[in-house]
Amino acid sequence: MRNPQLNAAGDLTHLLTLEGLPAEIILRVLDTAVPFASIAEREVKKVPLLRGRSVFNLFFENSTRTRTTFEIAAKRLSADVINLNIGVSSTSKGETLLDTVDNLVAMNADMFVVRHSQSGAPHLIAAHLNRMGRTHVHVVNAGDGRHAHPTQGLLDLFTIRHYKKEFRELTVAIVGDVLHSRVARSLIHGLTTLGTPEVRVIGPKTLIPSAVQSLGVRVHHDMREGLAGCDVVVMLRLQSERMRGALLPSTGEYFKHYGLTGEKLALAKPDAIVMHPGPMNRGVEIESAVADGERSVILPQVTFGIAVRMAVMSILAGA
Amino acid sequence: MKIEIDHGRVIDPQHGLDRVTSLYVAEGMVAAIGGAPSGWRADRVIDARGMVVCPGLVDLSARLREPGFEYKATLESEMQAAVAGGVTSLACPPDTDPPLDEPGLVQMLKHRARSLNQAHVYPIGALTVGLQGIELTEMGELAEAGCVAFSQAEAPLSDTGVLLRAMQYAATFGHRVWLRPQDAYLAKGGVAHEGEVATRLGLPAIPPTAETIALASILTLVRSTGVRLHICRLSTAEGVAMVRAAKQEGLPLTCDVAIHHLHLCDVDIGWFDAQCRLVPPLRGTRDRAALRAGLADGTIDLACSDHTPVDDDSKQVPFGEAEPGATGLELLLPLTLKWAKEDGVALPDALARITTRPAAVLGSDAGHLDVGAPADICIFDPDQYWRVEPAALKSQGRNTPFIGLEVAGKVRTTIVAGHVVHEG
Repeated sequence: MRNPQLNAAGDLTHLLTLEGLPAEIILRVLDTAVPFASIAEREVKKVPLLRGRSVFNLFFENSTRTRTTFEIAAKRLSADVINLNIGVSSTSKGETLLDTVDNLVAMNADMFVVRHSQSGAPHLIAAHLNRMGRTHVHVVNAGDGRHAHPTQGLLDLFTIRHYKKEFRELTVAIVGDVLHSRVARSLIHGLTTLGTPEVRVIGPKTLIPSAVQSLGVRVHHDMREGLAGCDVVVMLRLQSERMRGALLPSTGEYFKHYGLTGEKLALAKPDAIVMHPGPMNRGVEIESAVADGERSVILPQVTFGIAVRMAVMSILAGA
Repeated sequence: MKIEIDHGRVIDPQHGLDRVTSLYVAEGMVAAIGGAPSGWRADRVIDARGMVVCPGLVDLSARLREPGFEYKATLESEMQAAVAGGVTSLACPPDTDPPLDEPGLVQMLKHRARSLNQAHVYPIGALTVGLQGIELTEMGELAEAGCVAFSQAEAPLSDTGVLLRAMQYAATFGHRVWLRPQDAYLAKGGVAHEGEVATRLGLPAIPPTAETIALASILTLVRSTGVRLHICRLSTAEGVAMVRAAKQEGLPLTCDVAIHHLHLCDVDIGWFDAQCRLVPPLRGTRDRAALRAGLADGTIDLACSDHTPVDDDSKQVPFGEAEPGATGLELLLPLTLKWAKEDGVALPDALARITTRPAAVLGSDAGHLDVGAPADICIFDPDQYWRVEPAALKSQGRNTPFIGLEVAGKVRTTIVAGHVVHEG
């Protein structure tokens, strides 16, 4: 089965997941993002690479943050950006997902940035465009269900490389709700592809998927044990609807076992960095002193996110 | 109408008949095998050289989508699909809209089906009103109207107290109960087998325990009520082992598997292929191997198509939102033959699993070819390959994971009650 995001020549035509993506393509995105990261510091923050192209932000699930970073990235590339917040109501109006896509293609869309609550929705759109011969239209997955969030994974990789230079000697711990996390899945695929020798996931059994070892990670339920000797600690966001019920009893108990505190962070290497995809729940998964502390690279992640998204869009557009 | 079927390989699994001979049909029955009855004069002679002549197929799960889902399929289209697949008797589950929980609905369905003069239709009545799992249906009235068994179809019955009473009540009157074992809570929200594929793709999972826990409850209640129970659509290796042990213990059980689960597993989902969105979910390779072995050793009595026509719009959506199901009536024969060939099961033994054995579970006189048996006959070419394509299917449901597959076994002629109803 051909990787659905590559064309016959092996070039990236859609970015749907980091799974199965060759290391060269991941590194090319990271390398391309380096000069874009410095554009932000210039007085004129624009480059004309996507001038005349139309990027549609197709958000079937609300997300102001991610949509904004994609919008800024596309605008810095001089693209025209159209935001569509479709929500879940479009299907109740009778229009199917693919009807919506066909209509927007008829409006000469060049790129779709898609967020959807269902795993696989961007794959469905990409397969549809390929089948219809619309190979000039590109799809970027901006998060689908629990499946993937590849631009977040890439910006996490960019951040890790920025601070740690090399992946081949690192120990990375991902802490929290791995079961529902597309961020965790994308980062795991990216890290293993780039040769990270030890990736750990840490969380209670209710929030760790049963076959997660098959992704090439080690499972720890004791956070102290899992953090020992880590170079990178990635904290996951705990969605508010999961803070109580049958998965977890309370935020207080969660913080006690899996919240990142200065005391627990001391078990990691002295130069370990702390990451979080945002938005953070202070006092639930991370203590403010750590989130705002000197080891935290959470805000640089946001800055790098724009550069990485610029890199992805420019590569897809062949610019 | 007198029909003479000449020189075919006549296979009747029930009576151990397997030889090249001729078969004579008159007055809707098998009149003779081998030599013609005295004074025989055929209205029609079918040359069956190189063909297999066997009892018409009996499919224990075929959704005809009437009443309520006529935009997905109609009785006309699906009855044509049945006979095109060599199926001459089929049982339809009660998950229509409204569900088959009233005698009037059952009578209407039987009447509509009879007027089409094709396959025999055996409705399965709803076990509880509206399949809600709360109140029992009038099983006596429904049985009189033509229901041969009672089931919850895919609707969960989470209240074990209701399940116990439904079994006790059915056992009182000798009604058969058909159940697919699935724990309502463990399966809730799930769309794929809990394993590597669901983990990778981020699909909400259904653990194998959803089947085994429900199966344990069902088996325990069968033990205490003595109800005649048929287990539908087994999907896990552990489930096969539990049924094997229960049968050894002597419980009054029969059991089936859907043809999809004999050939596919969760890996076939690939990148979110909605054709593989099925109920129960496609499970692991170990489970598939156990199901195949279970069908071969008799733990699983029979295979069914679990025919579920789904319209394209309901599949052209993300995997988790796709409607489960696939068309199957026309694939029951070729996919059973494929299993038999791959696992070295003799042709008569394979055919028993789609003729004689399901007929016994239905309590029907069909499924064999003894003199005097109803002349429900399937004549097929075992060596002809054909490609599964939407255009090659009569069913209105064109969705199946097997699109593009070359399969052996092409139905040539289907005879129901002594009338030729399909020629292909």
